[in-house]
Order: sequence, then structure tokens, then C-alpha cells
Amino acid sequence: MPKNPDIKKVLMIGSGPIIIGQAAEFDYAGTQACRSLKEEGIEVVLLNSNPATIMTDKDIADKVYIEPLTVEVVEQLILKEQPDSVLPTLGGQAGLNLAMELEERGFLKEHNVRLIGTTAETIKKAEDRQEFKDTMEKIGEPVAASKVVHTVPEGVEFTQTIGYPVVLRPAYTLGGSGGGIAHNYQELVEILENGLRLSRVGEVLVERCIAGWKEIEYEVMRDSAGNVITVCNMENIDPVGVHTGDSIVVAPSQTLGDKEYQMLRTSALNIISELKITGGCNVQFALNPDSFEYCVIEVNPRVSRSSALASKATGYPIAKVAAKIALGYTLDEIKNAITGKTYASFEPMLDYCVVKMPRLPFDKFISASRKLTTQMKATGEVMSIANNFEGGLMKAIRSLEQHVDCLLSYDFSDLDEDGLMRQLEVVDDRRIWVIAEALRRGISYETIHTITKIDVWFIDKLAILVEMEQALQTQPLTVDLLKEAKRIEFPDNVIARLTGKPEAEIKKMRYDNGIVAAYKMVDTCAAEFAAETPYYYSVFGSENEAVETSGKKKVLVLGSGPIRIGQGIEFDFCSVHCTWAFAKEGYETIIVNNNPETVSTDFDIADKLYFEPLTPEDVENIVNLEHPDGAVVQFGGQTAIKLTESLMKMGVPILGTSAENVDRAEDRELFDEVLEKCSIPRPSGHTVFTAEEAKKAAHELGYPVLVRPSYVLGGQGMQIAINDEDVDAFIGIINRIAQEHPILVDKYLVGKEIEVDAVCDGEDVLIPGIMEHIERAGIHSGDSISVYPAQSISAKIKRVIEDYTRKLAKELHVIGLINIQFIVSNDEVYVIEVNPRSSRTVPYISKVTGIPIVPLATKVILGHKIRELGYEPGLQPEADYFAIKMPVFSFEKIRGADISLGPEMKSTGECLGIAKTFDEALYKAFLGAGINLPKHKNMIITVKDSDKLDVIDIARRFEAIGYRIFSTRGTARALQEHGVHARMINKIEGESPNLMDLILGHEIDLVIDTPSQGVDHAKDGFLIRRNAIETGVNVLTALDTAQALITSLENNNINKLSLIDIATVASR
Amino acid sequence: MKAFLILEDGTVFTGQSIGAQREVISEIVFNTSMTGYLEVLTDPSYAGQAVVMTYPLIGNYGICYEDMESDRPWPDAFIVRELSRIPSNFRSEDTIQNFLLKYDIPGISGIDTRALTKILREKGTMNGCITTDEHYQIDEIIPKLKAYTTGKVVEKVTCKEKYVLNGDGPKVALLDLGAKRNIARSLNERGCEVTVYPALTSAEEILGSNPDGIMLSNGPGDPKECTSIIEEIKKLYQSDVPIFAICLGHQLMALANGADTYKMKYGHRGGNHPVRDLETGRVYISSQNHGYVVDTDTLDPSVAVPAFENVNDGTNEGLAYTGKNIFTVQYHPEACPGPRDSAYLFDRFMKMMEGNK
Repeated sequence: MPKNPDIKKVLMIGSGPIIIGQAAEFDYAGTQACRSLKEEGIEVVLLNSNPATIMTDKDIADKVYIEPLTVEVVEQLILKEQPDSVLPTLGGQAGLNLAMELEERGFLKEHNVRLIGTTAETIKKAEDRQEFKDTMEKIGEPVAASKVVHTVPEGVEFTQTIGYPVVLRPAYTLGGSGGGIAHNYQELVEILENGLRLSRVGEVLVERCIAGWKEIEYEVMRDSAGNVITVCNMENIDPVGVHTGDSIVVAPSQTLGDKEYQMLRTSALNIISELKITGGCNVQFALNPDSFEYCVIEVNPRVSRSSALASKATGYPIAKVAAKIALGYTLDEIKNAITGKTYASFEPMLDYCVVKMPRLPFDKFISASRKLTTQMKATGEVMSIANNFEGGLMKAIRSLEQHVDCLLSYDFSDLDEDGLMRQLEVVDDRRIWVIAEALRRGISYETIHTITKIDVWFIDKLAILVEMEQALQTQPLTVDLLKEAKRIEFPDNVIARLTGKPEAEIKKMRYDNGIVAAYKMVDTCAAEFAAETPYYYSVFGSENEAVETSGKKKVLVLGSGPIRIGQGIEFDFCSVHCTWAFAKEGYETIIVNNNPETVSTDFDIADKLYFEPLTPEDVENIVNLEHPDGAVVQFGGQTAIKLTESLMKMGVPILGTSAENVDRAEDRELFDEVLEKCSIPRPSGHTVFTAEEAKKAAHELGYPVLVRPSYVLGGQGMQIAINDEDVDAFIGIINRIAQEHPILVDKYLVGKEIEVDAVCDGEDVLIPGIMEHIERAGIHSGDSISVYPAQSISAKIKRVIEDYTRKLAKELHVIGLINIQFIVSNDEVYVIEVNPRSSRTVPYISKVTGIPIVPLATKVILGHKIRELGYEPGLQPEADYFAIKMPVFSFEKIRGADISLGPEMKSTGECLGIAKTFDEALYKAFLGAGINLPKHKNMIITVKDSDKLDVIDIARRFEAIGYRIFSTRGTARALQEHGVHARMINKIEGESPNLMDLILGHEIDLVIDTPSQGVDHAKDGFLIRRNAIETGVNVLTALDTAQALITSLENNNINKLSLIDIATVASR
Repeated sequence: MKAFLILEDGTVFTGQSIGAQREVISEIVFNTSMTGYLEVLTDPSYAGQAVVMTYPLIGNYGICYEDMESDRPWPDAFIVRELSRIPSNFRSEDTIQNFLLKYDIPGISGIDTRALTKILREKGTMNGCITTDEHYQIDEIIPKLKAYTTGKVVEKVTCKEKYVLNGDGPKVALLDLGAKRNIARSLNERGCEVTVYPALTSAEEILGSNPDGIMLSNGPGDPKECTSIIEEIKKLYQSDVPIFAICLGHQLMALANGADTYKMKYGHRGGNHPVRDLETGRVYISSQNHGYVVDTDTLDPSVAVPAFENVNDGTNEGLAYTGKNIFTVQYHPEACPGPRDSAYLFDRFMKMMEGNK
């Protein structure tokens, strides 16, 4: 069926801010889909509140609205833009939910707008628990049997019909407390009684226990003619019980025979057919490892994280094809862009093995539980491709950038046998390392399997890696041993460590014996057809397929690796735009990256894509083959910056700001010289190595001081210390994270934080705009609300900032981008940080000023001048509207994480509020971040002593708009003294009713709790914040944020939001 | 032990010997299925060929004897990137290494199967030799490889005597040209009483048993070599008994009706080929294993018209015979290995038999 001619203008809904569970994969899918629609001559209107995305570029869609994702906004947008169709299946759950609401309200029908890509009926059948169950039963697809019970006998009776073990989940308890797995009658009664008592509503869900079964996923597609195909299947190494987003996943499945594979494939196709999905769908199965019994866990009737992974794993562009299907095309009418010969109606065949590993944030949330459960915790992921599983796993491990490079990286050797066995039972992110240790001790596969339920096939593969470690440690390094070690992807540095030889010697031995990386193509068809798309992965001991192309100048663009807190999607935005800009300048572009969720690893972004770890050795292998004319590192975040020195050693010129000047900005002593030369003040500080030196420095500067390791992004390990004990504690933590680098101790200044991104061509400097943070210095810039144009600083201060920026850029001989953070304290401007590279704010400031900063910086890097590119240097005139970037957090996903904000970054994403007035922009920003307040109009305020005066006005304003305020004694008294009617409530440990009862009673909209500074935060505060977050209550930990919120609430007028098409924001 | 794979074009791959260590010459073909290696090994259509698996990790789930598609493996040799050190599956009874040894099948592992596949794709299917003799003489081997042909493979793989799978439904005569077990099983599961006949059974004998339907199976080799079988099929065509044919059976029915077949450059072997039903426009993902194909230009449209085509290369995938209760497909609705999406064709055959009563 050809394209439906009635579809001319489509509204695409994006997924909003990056949160755990909904990350960059939707930018990838959305961007691919937009391009696919535009290819067909469709006018695309895009709505997404996330300014860091590529999909919200004016090059990608025709009209771009970076507005909150609410039904009201979508309705207004539909009225304004009059699209004939809405495509909601590419924006994750957020997009789908919105579409569902619109449909239910009858809005779409009323305005003659059709839903394409799915129907409301389909969404309902897949998402509604009961309807899903009924649908599965209708077509004979099994789901895990479950029932809500209210009494013990009821539970016992139901269990008798489904058999032990069963999972018991009490309704409405905190984080699943009171639940468990019952293996027999006694356990059942015990847990059930307890669970019914703990559940506020006296309800417990009794469910057939499928924990320990194999978890298998299928990505399937269907078109309107009913044609169905499977793109890929995937096997989770971690059995059912760990969220697939937190599991190590391999594609295709490894331990399924054809009978199991086809059984589940047929089931997945039956499901997508019954749901009548037109587009992509993900089906998750649990498969009993001891029989053909299976059940359907979940169906996602849309593109998902797994579909992004499947696309990258196979080369099959699911989002692109899904968009075409939405327009009416059938699978056999859509060309396979990889081969150029075959069609989308075929199933990719892999002749390699793909391993995905989650990037978990436990390095950021040191206090959080590392336990992996059905609640996803990963912020991002890495993927690797190899022709054996061991190699795939080794590559994935070193792609994580978490100081791990082999199965020895977490050391469990100090555990005794008992301790080790207990550790094996712990399901956390270090489990494969624990298994490796168990294998080293000679613990049998069977024992490990019995405890972990991980298939022995995978355990054997870990054993092969452990055996190689031992061989390298004990045997002479022969050429054959080296070959074998490289075949399973032991990096040179690990081989060097294990053999006790210098890394250079290993490398020489390899080169002397021709043991070099070869590159194979991902072609969707296992070499059956010649492919046209140069998408490569490396292997050892094979023939090389990647051909060095010549003619054009070549540039290597280094990507930013997995999405993590502090290094998010923004850097992918920069990498992609830089790649496109190089291509426009006539360069051949080569991207190296390992993140399957991103646009940069889409097959048609660069001329060549190398899906590889970003380590010096892996990059050098590519350099040896491609001989690039230069490399750019300034767009790939810290990941790319870290490779600078290695690239220079390989003889690859670094394009843009020289490595030497990057060092001058990052190295404390050198940077002090730079500042001195420019006569720019900074908060005074010292570089130290030990806790004693740090304390001495702190005394000299006077507390509070800022303590942090050098060379970090996202403020990792950065803390504000108020006394000697804090310093001791922090230095301990820092030394665990990064030992090699010195520690910086700075005077902590209270003031306005200001941020600037600028482009410098060596002579002139262009500053698109000045951003001001709402929160005072001390809260990481990535976690602060950022306002453009800056509001509270004078024209004089702006001129100083412009001047300092120009001086610093020129002094550091910046060619390309520079990011500078200032503190304005008592009308004095201090520099706190200079990063001669792209920053987190680049996409935001590009969009709101209309100045394409990355392409501009890229052209500058290639020798063009700002003036010749049509721009007047200096600070650009301010826009006539306000654009506010709001951080978004995922705290509820990470149990045990402290949510109070400080110098270490904790947010996972951001959204934008843009409007003609400051208040509306702020309101939109809060709305976009999901802070949707009044339900009960009850709030809790507890603040530290130093905040008690400042909080009074805020409390008064909340009271004025109808809030009932509850406070513990100190705060209540302070408020009452100033005429605010605060109700006193007992502290957590106090008698009921206390704070905790209020929070757990689900009657609170908002908690304002400012933590006392330093390590010794009150345990109370921590508990309040955690419990509030876990019950879904908004928590603010900075008064500045609270003030901004009340300002926006006072101006609450949702029906009159003005929508701004970002694509029309022209640069001046 | 080291082993060598020497191709007709002089390319040599060095790997390790797996299975039997004897020297073998065969036609090298590749299969892109990611699962189902045992079904591939026991598919009689591979008689006279050595199979390369493009998926690199083979043997992961071991050997489960009930998954065999015939009573022994047929390829002359098995070529893989890597054999799993241990098998892991609740049904696994043996390792693939033992299985190959047991049936005296030689093979080679540890070679760059993708590079080999690309050679076969570019230059077409060719002969090759697997040897463990380190002192092989390439000048002596290559002429042997060029001269090598297989013949009479159907006779080698067909059953020796007829046998019956009991059922209460229609009586189906299955002509075993190298049939995979799941063809008979698929019919039997639908209630048919299936009588399996050796390939060289006369049409008279088959028709004499008054079957409700005749099934022509898959099988190995060049269809044009099966001259005497074609003669018998002509007679089956003349009868009014409904006929469903798969793969070699499909080709022989076409040859029996004056059409021609030709050898494809490297064939279709795998579980991912899209096939379009020309009547409905629907596309099905199919299991395939064939090196020859019917030349539709040579079809007499008054006798038969294309019913299915390959979406990728447009080659013929099935025929409908005008005015007859006969339909034939090039691909494998019986799956095993591969997608079961075309199992409905057996239902269609059932209906055809019902309607003929």
C-alpha cells in the first residue's frame, strides 16, 4: 500500500526530559523518524520539552516547540498548527500517554486529527493491565497468573491454583516493603499476614513467581497490510527479576534452540497482529529454563530503549521504518537503506554477537543501594559488537568508563568462602565480577548457576575469561597465547598488567606478529548481500573489510560514550552537529562511539561509523587504518577530552584548541597563571594531596571551603566542607574515586552563578548570551535553574563578563568552544571554572538564541573567522523573551540516594520554559519538569537554622495561595513568630502523628527541606527527603528553587500559555 | 588439530579440525540461520554439500535428538567460526562435536566464516576441500575440486521402504525426495494418514493406493538429474489428486510441465527470506534452502502461473497450476529450522483435499 496522500502535516511528540528509563533513545528514534517523514515531503511539527535533543533542531523538523508535554499544550498546539495527524509512538511512554488522553477527551476526533502509528484501542489493549491480560488470554498467550487478595485464606486458595513459589506484593507500601517470595504454605501465611497488615488498603497481589526464568525480548514490526517481521531477539544474561534496562543483554539469544526461538517469535508476531500495531513493538517474555513454558511479561506498543538497541545491533532502522509505516507504506515497499538492495520486509541475520551493559549511577550516589531489581536504575548503556561473546563482554566492560577493564576490576578476593557465597546471592551491578572470583576459587558452574540462575553457557564464557587471566599470569607469553587473548578482546594494558610486561612491549609484540584489529561490517544480512553502509566493529584474527577511502580530508569525531549524570545527551547533540558541519565543509567524517541510544551512532550520520570502545588502544586501531587528518575532541565531553594526549602520541592533529591549552585550563597551577596574566580574580584556593594539607588550606581560607578532585565533569566528588571532619571524610571519598589527580580546596563564595558559552576563532569571540542560575553558588550548575537572558546582574557586570570571556578565550588560544562559569559576589566577578570545550548548555543556548554554535565552532576550527561567517563578535543582543532551563531528577528510581542538591551534579535531564515574560517561562519550566502541584494544598517546611529567616517570605506566599504548612518545632516557631500560621508536627522519631505519617498518608504536595551543610546531615532530613520522593512528593532542597516555584505558582494561568516556534527564532 | 579449507579458486582458510578427521571434497554453501544448526545438519537437502554457518557461535544449546529432521546428518562437512565448549539447554543430550564424530562428518572451525561467505557471494557457490594434511598440494587439489560433481543424491537420501504414519483424516501419499520429518509431522498433526514413499516409487503405485492428496517433498541436488522421477510426476499431474509440493518437489513439478530450472549464483539458505503471495500481496518470512530455481520465463501460462515471489531478488517462490488442484512452493512451510509463518499452507492443502472429496 503506498503512502496515504491525506497525511501532509504531522505532529510528532517527543519524550521530554531525560530521566532514568526514558533516555536518549527517544531522541534517536524521534530524529530518525522526523528525517524519514521529511524525506517523504511531510511537514513536521515537533513538540518536546527537552532542549538538549537533536530532534528539536530546526534542521530536523519544520516547526519546533520546546514546550511542556501536557495535554493542554498539545491541544493548544493542534489548534495553532492544524496538523492532520499525530504520531505518538516515537516519544516513549510520555508521548503515548498524551495521545491516549487526547483521544479519550475526544479532542482529536473533534478537530479531525488522526492518530497514526497506533490507535487508542491498541494502546489500551497493551497498557491497561486487565485489557492486556484479557487480550493475551483470547489469543492463548500466557501471562503470569496473578490476583489481588484481601485475606489470608483468599491468598492460600489462589496459590493452590497456580502453585508455589509465588511473589507477594502488598499494595501501597514503601518500595515494596512487606513483600516477598513464598515457597511453601508456612512462608505464604507469614508474608501474607504481614503484607496485609502493612498495606494501607489491605491488599496484596499474589503472582506466579517467574523470577529466575530466562528473560527474552523480541522486537517486531507490523504494517497496515498485516505483514509482520522480527527485527531482533535479545537474551538477558540476568534472569527475570532484574529490569532489562539494568541487565547485561546479548543479541541474538545464545541459549535458545530453534524450537524455543521460533516458539517465542511466533508468539511475538501473534501478539503484534492481535494488537494491530502499525509500526514497532517490543515483547518481553519469561521462559522457563527447564521446559517450553513461557509467559508474556510486557508489551511496549511503540519504539523503546530495546528497539534502539535492536536497531544498532542489527543495522535495521526501526524508527525510520515505523515512521514510513505510519504514513501507509508496507514493509515490502520500504528499501533497506543498509544494503540498498533488500527491503524492510526481511529479518536481519547477525553474524556477530552484541553485548549491552547498563551504565549505573552508583558512583554518583554513593549512599544508594546497588541492588538491581525490577525498577530500572541505569542512566545509560554501552553496546559492543564482536564475533565471540567473551570479546563482546570485554569490550562492553571497558566502554563503561567506570574504572573497569576486565573481570579483575572489582576485587572480591578478600572474601572468605562463606562471604563469597553470600555475595553471589546479591544481585547488583558487580555480579559478574563476583562470579569471576567464584570461578577463580574453583566453585562449580552448577553451584553458581543454582544461586544466580544465570545460564551455565554464560558462566562458561566468564570462565574462559578467567582462564585467560590465569594463563597470562602464569604462562610465558607466546604468540599463540597473545593471539588468543586478543581474540577475546583483552586490551593491551590488561595483558601488560597480568604478564608484568610494559604495555609498549605487548603492543610491539602484536605489531611484529601481525596481531592487529580488523574491521567487519554490520550489514543486516550476514554478508548474504553486499552492503553500502560503512558501519564497522573490530575483531582480531580476521580479514579486514573496512577500506581506507581517500580523496577527501578525513576527520575523526570522538563521541561521548554512555549517558551518565554529568555527561548527557547534550554531548551527542554537539558530536552530531559537528559531524554534519564537517561534512558540509567537504570532509569525510568518521564517528567512534559505543552508545546505542544516540543519534551519533545512527548508520547515516557520519560517512563511517566505528562502534567501538573509546579507549586509547581501540581508537589507535582505527587511526592505524584510517589515518585521519585530524580529530576533534571538544564536542564529546570528558570522554573525548581524555583521549587528547593519546591521540597526539599517535600523531593525530587535534583540531581546534590545542591540548596544551586545554591543560592550561584544567591544571590548577597553570590556570592560576592564566588568570593572573589576565588580571581576573577567582576564589582563592590551594592544590593539595593529603587531608592534612587540605585542612591547613581550609584554615587559611576560612570555612566553608569547596573540596574537589581536579579533572572531573559534573562535579563528581565535589563537596562543601564546613569543618575539619568534613574535609577528612571528603578526602577519603575522593581518593576512592580518583587517586592520580591532585585535590583542589577553594574558598566557597556565596553569590550569583553565571555561565557563558562562547566561540573563539583565535582573534574574535562570539558570546551568544549570558545565563544566570537561580540557585546560589554551591549547587552544581547542571542542577540549577538557568535563566537566559540573565536577570539580576547589571549592564556593567555583563560587560565585565564579556571582557573576561574574551580575555580568557584569547589567552587560552581557544579555537572553537569555551564554557566559563562565574560567581558574582558583592558586585565582583570571579571565575570559578573554564572548560575549553562544549558544555551542557550549548544545545540550550543555541536554540534560544538561534545561533548555531556547534556548526559555527566547527567552521572556526577549520580556519574560518567569525566575521566572515556573518556574525558580529562580542556579546549578542538579548532576545526579547525568556528561556529557562530546568533540571529534572530521577531520585525516586535510586533507593537510598540523597536528593539534597550540592556541588555534585545529580540531575539526569532538563526541560525548557520559553515565553515572553519571565513568570510564564518559569511556570512552563516547572510544568515541563513535571512539578504539577496542588492536589491537597498541604506542604511541609523544615529548614536549617541559617535559612530560617529567608524562608519566612516564601512560606507567607505559599500560605497566601492557600497552602497549609506543617513544620517541626524550630521552623514552626520561626514562622509563627513572623505571623505565618505553621502547624507544628512531631519529628520522625517523635510520637504519631509525625512527619512520616503525613508523608506516607499521601496528603502532601510539597516538601521544602534544606539540608544542613556538610557530611553530618541530619539523618532525619535524609529520611524525610527519601520517603517523600518515594511516595511521589515533590521535594525542594534549596530556598532559591522554592522561591522560583512560588513565583510561578502565583502566576498560574494554564489556559493562556503562549507557544513559541523555536524554528522561527532567528539569530540577530 | 589444524585443518585447512581449500577452495576451487585457490583460497585457503586455516582452522581447527572438528568432527571426523577425514579429507572431504564437496560443494560449499552458506546458511544464515542463527539457530537450528541440528535441523540444518539433518536436512537431507544438504546431501552433497558442505555447510558454512554464518552465525559464529554454534553448538550453544547442544544436540537434542528429537529435533533431527531425518535419521542422520547429510552434509559432507560442517564449517563454523566457533563451537561452544559446553552445551547448555534443558533438552541437550550431546555435544555437536560428539554428534559429528558419531556420524563421521568432518569439519573445520576457527575460520573467518564471514570472509568465506563473501567469497561465495561474489564468485558463486564453489567446491572446496577440507583436510588435516599439513602437506597438502594445492596444485593437485584444485583440479580435483574443479572436476568434482555430485550425483544421484536423491536416491541416497530417500527412504528405502515405504512407511505409514497413522491418522484418521485424509490419506496423503508423501513422495520422499529427501523429506524433512516435519513435512510428514505437519500433515500427521492435522490428522492425515501419511504414507511415505521412496523417491523411485512409480506413479501407478502411489495412485493405486487412492490417496486423497499427494505431497512432493524437498530434496537435494540438481532437479534436472531426476529424469525418471519427473516422468512419474507427469503422471501424478495427470491424475485429479490434489498435490502440494515443496522445494525440489516444486521444481520437479515445473520440469514435468515443460518449464526449466537454473542454478542460482549462491542460492537461498536461511530463515529470513521474504516471500510475497502474488494473489494477496502479503509478505511472509520463510525458511529457505535451495540452489536451483524455476525459470518463470519458460512457464506456459496456460499450465502454471507464479503464485509467490522472493521480495529481495524477484525469483520464483511458488506456482499455482491452472485448472488443477496443484500448488507448489520453493520455500519451506515445514520450517525446522526457521519461521513457522507459512504453516498455513498445510491448512490450504487440507482444504484442497477436503474440497476434492
